[in-house]
Amino acid sequence: MREPERDRASRPPSPNGGPRIGVYVCHCGLNIAGKVDVQAVVDFAATLPNVAVARDYRFMCSDPGQDLIEQDLRDGLINRVVVASCSPLMHEATFRRATAEGGTSPFHFQMASIREHVSWVTADADEATEKAKALVAGAVRRVALHEYLEPRQASVNADVMVVGGGIAGIHAALTMADAGKHVFLVERESTIGGHMAKFDKTFPTLDCAACILTPKMSQVRSHPNITLWTYSDVVSVEGYTGDFTVRVRHRPRYVIEELCTGCFECIEKCIHKQGKFDDEFNEGLGKRKPIYIPFPQATPSVVVVDPETCIWFKTGKCPQTCVEACERDAFDFEQQETFDEVKVGAIVLATGFKTFDAARAPEYGYGTYPNVYTSLEVERLLNAAGPTGGEPILRDGTRPRSVGIIHCVGSRDERYNAYCSRVCCMYSLKLAHLVKERTGAEVYEFYIDMRAAGKGYEEFYDEILKEGTHLIRGRVAEVTDEAISPEEEGRLVIRAEDTLMGVVRRIPVDMVVLAVGLEPQSDAQEVRRLFNISCGGEGFFTERHPKLAPVSTFTDGVFLAGACQGPKDIPDTVAQAGAAAAEALAMVDRGYVMLEANTAFIDEAACSGCKTCVGLCPFGAIAFDEERKKAAVNEVVCKGCGICVGACPSGAAQQHLFTDAQIFAEIEGVLEYV
Amino acid sequence: MRYPYYPGCSVGGTAKAYEESLLAVLERFDLGLDELDDWNCCGASAAPSIDEDRAIALSARNLALAEERAEDSAPVDLLTPCAGCYRALLAAQRSLAEQPAVARRIDGALQAVGLRYERRVHVRHVLDVLANEVGTEAISAAVTRPLDGLKVACYYGCLLVRPNATFDDERNPTSMDRLMEAVGAEPLDWPLKTRCCGGSCYGADPFSGTTPQGALSLSYALLREASRRGADAVVTACPLCQFNLEAFQGEMTRTFGTPIDLTVGYVTQFVGLALGLPERRLGIHRMLRWRLPEREPVAAEGGVHARA
Repeated sequence: MREPERDRASRPPSPNGGPRIGVYVCHCGLNIAGKVDVQAVVDFAATLPNVAVARDYRFMCSDPGQDLIEQDLRDGLINRVVVASCSPLMHEATFRRATAEGGTSPFHFQMASIREHVSWVTADADEATEKAKALVAGAVRRVALHEYLEPRQASVNADVMVVGGGIAGIHAALTMADAGKHVFLVERESTIGGHMAKFDKTFPTLDCAACILTPKMSQVRSHPNITLWTYSDVVSVEGYTGDFTVRVRHRPRYVIEELCTGCFECIEKCIHKQGKFDDEFNEGLGKRKPIYIPFPQATPSVVVVDPETCIWFKTGKCPQTCVEACERDAFDFEQQETFDEVKVGAIVLATGFKTFDAARAPEYGYGTYPNVYTSLEVERLLNAAGPTGGEPILRDGTRPRSVGIIHCVGSRDERYNAYCSRVCCMYSLKLAHLVKERTGAEVYEFYIDMRAAGKGYEEFYDEILKEGTHLIRGRVAEVTDEAISPEEEGRLVIRAEDTLMGVVRRIPVDMVVLAVGLEPQSDAQEVRRLFNISCGGEGFFTERHPKLAPVSTFTDGVFLAGACQGPKDIPDTVAQAGAAAAEALAMVDRGYVMLEANTAFIDEAACSGCKTCVGLCPFGAIAFDEERKKAAVNEVVCKGCGICVGACPSGAAQQHLFTDAQIFAEIEGVLEYV
Repeated sequence: MRYPYYPGCSVGGTAKAYEESLLAVLERFDLGLDELDDWNCCGASAAPSIDEDRAIALSARNLALAEERAEDSAPVDLLTPCAGCYRALLAAQRSLAEQPAVARRIDGALQAVGLRYERRVHVRHVLDVLANEVGTEAISAAVTRPLDGLKVACYYGCLLVRPNATFDDERNPTSMDRLMEAVGAEPLDWPLKTRCCGGSCYGADPFSGTTPQGALSLSYALLREASRRGADAVVTACPLCQFNLEAFQGEMTRTFGTPIDLTVGYVTQFVGLALGLPERRLGIHRMLRWRLPEREPVAAEGGVHARA
């Protein structure tokens, strides 16, 4: 813990004398040296006041590069460090660590970004070199005024949260729970399982989705380390890595979860003898009652009452045959929203995706022609627990004799989404196999490129070809009911250019399946703001680094798993969920997190006691000493946001590493050179 | 109110009936047209394939002429009845807005002939003005002889809503359908609303590389499907579409062996009939074939909605 401000102010700025600065200019291979004249920058730095050493190196972030800094510090040549290289986001932590290894405060360090801010964005080499010099001059001026600060630590709450109960969330939750952590798993729907629970079989091995998923679902239910909250959502997140406070809302299902045994007598006895309302789980292809369970293996196995369609809620006049049927008195029509607030050290987001709305591409006739289906609808038709008991039949109940599957609907299309959704080629091949197996229909697949890059995928593609599915390379122009021959009469005609044969083809079919792509959830932006992370242009959550930090985010302690980060198939999703769980565990198990030193402090001599800062502090870190009429910052609670510093009318509130003197020195350094 | 008016070449020739019916319908709503002085050809589909700059310059000159007669700095609505002209004007505007180098060359060319285009023109097609300015409600209220039960296939063609237009959906346009509903007709649901009619491929000049046979099969596909769905007539909003669909029906019957005999008229003619305008003012007598089911001779009072 750092010593109080009063003591520090009375000491010299550094335990080892006045500032002696080392400047290290990085080539970053040719990233910097290809544009900036590194030698010129080093020669210039050597002339600046207080600079004792100026060096360049090919890669400052490498071990030999860091050794340069550490050795100069140990040799007593320098006591402050400036590295001119990439951005602080990239390597500030690296160089602070090297500075500390050398034996001084890690905060006796300042970075000059001459890659992101100079070499990558400046066309002219001379201009780039001049700008690099100016930034180095600013950093040198600034670091001379850096105080001696000790790093701070905060302890980490060992509990974790997973948001989203699809296969990604399930796998992450089980992994962390098995490691002994207590996991809060929050799911918006009334059951966990996500999209995977809707699928019939999975490519390329054709194992049944339910057979491999439902055991994991019941493990979640029975795991002593998992608190499962379904029909619930996160409403607020406060705090920071290691110490988040999360508020969760539980929506009323009008059945007491602890009492319901899942006997489903109430569904049987509902006043509606038949299902009457569109069944969301079956993509509206089947009907459900106002009291229902989405599918037989729903977890938890607890019924839900839909107040929008329940006669009791709509009219207040219903004999309540469901309540009568319940032997456990589990009904509670007065149930209200409830809230829980929990503290967790890390959060894994696994909020999944939604499928592209096929009606946005009117040329394919979804919503116009009844026998045009989305791939997810066909998954339900093929599922034994689905509305047709696994029979892929048309709206009129007949079996299709021929089926066309159109790839890339809403993907690889600049009108909607430029990206490839990665799963559609393979699931389309799977659907071709299943439809052929169950109906004997001729199946035509229309693809742009066949993307079968995965273990066993190309082999699967080969199998489907051998089964006799017709593969036609070409983006479909339209689906139409225009008939130009008796064979086309009353059927759907797919028009496409066959780019391998070089002809325009018309293929009449009975059923069209649109292989819809994957999109971010419609509320991804709200979720992003809630957890203070970022989204890419297409709306998927952004990972910290696309290659080297694929499951972390720019907010420490928040990790990503599954398709919320980008389209992904099940194997990749599970792998990523495992990685997210492992990284969360690594963070939680360390037991502490390092905190920034840039906390605020009050210069008591300047404080007028106006209390402006006290009310503004979002973290309640500022107390007011009524006797002495002075504000005081609790630096353990302070997060370094700087609001009090900006608001203080007398300049008494200041911030370490952002004092006026330091900021002005940096500006002066840059301007003096310019 | 009077619109600056760019008729295009066809309207003075094969599409005279389009202009006549347009004038008659607009007059009913106290709207008039001021034809641009000394307008030139829009370049159609031929000019851009030869020299893109000159094609843009042709339309830019017409745009500059439209501004000349408007007040300083006021926006100008320029009306055109032809889908081809409409596309050419919009394409020129787009190039001028998005390609600074092109804009410099074209502005220079205009300057050389003492003209200036200040980007104040809003190009409007007749269908856009009827559906969105006059409005279906006003038209419906003015109907005296509703086209009760007339089954029409609304044909927009490929250029009217693509690729630059903004007044309707580019894949499933509906403004003409709404207009036809407003005058009591029954627009058919059909999938070929924006399929190409063959365009300028009918040109018989062997050196131009056009393919009359290809064009014939394209316009045949439209008429066959419209007939198959029981259309009494095909409604168009483009001189070229109308001509292609109307003029070669005998040839189609001979070539494809299926008898084709369908009335193909302009949207303004059908609106005009419902407004009770005399056939002669709508140029019906100029049409190559015009056979609609008999209608009740008695004029209705107060428009379609008043009757209901």
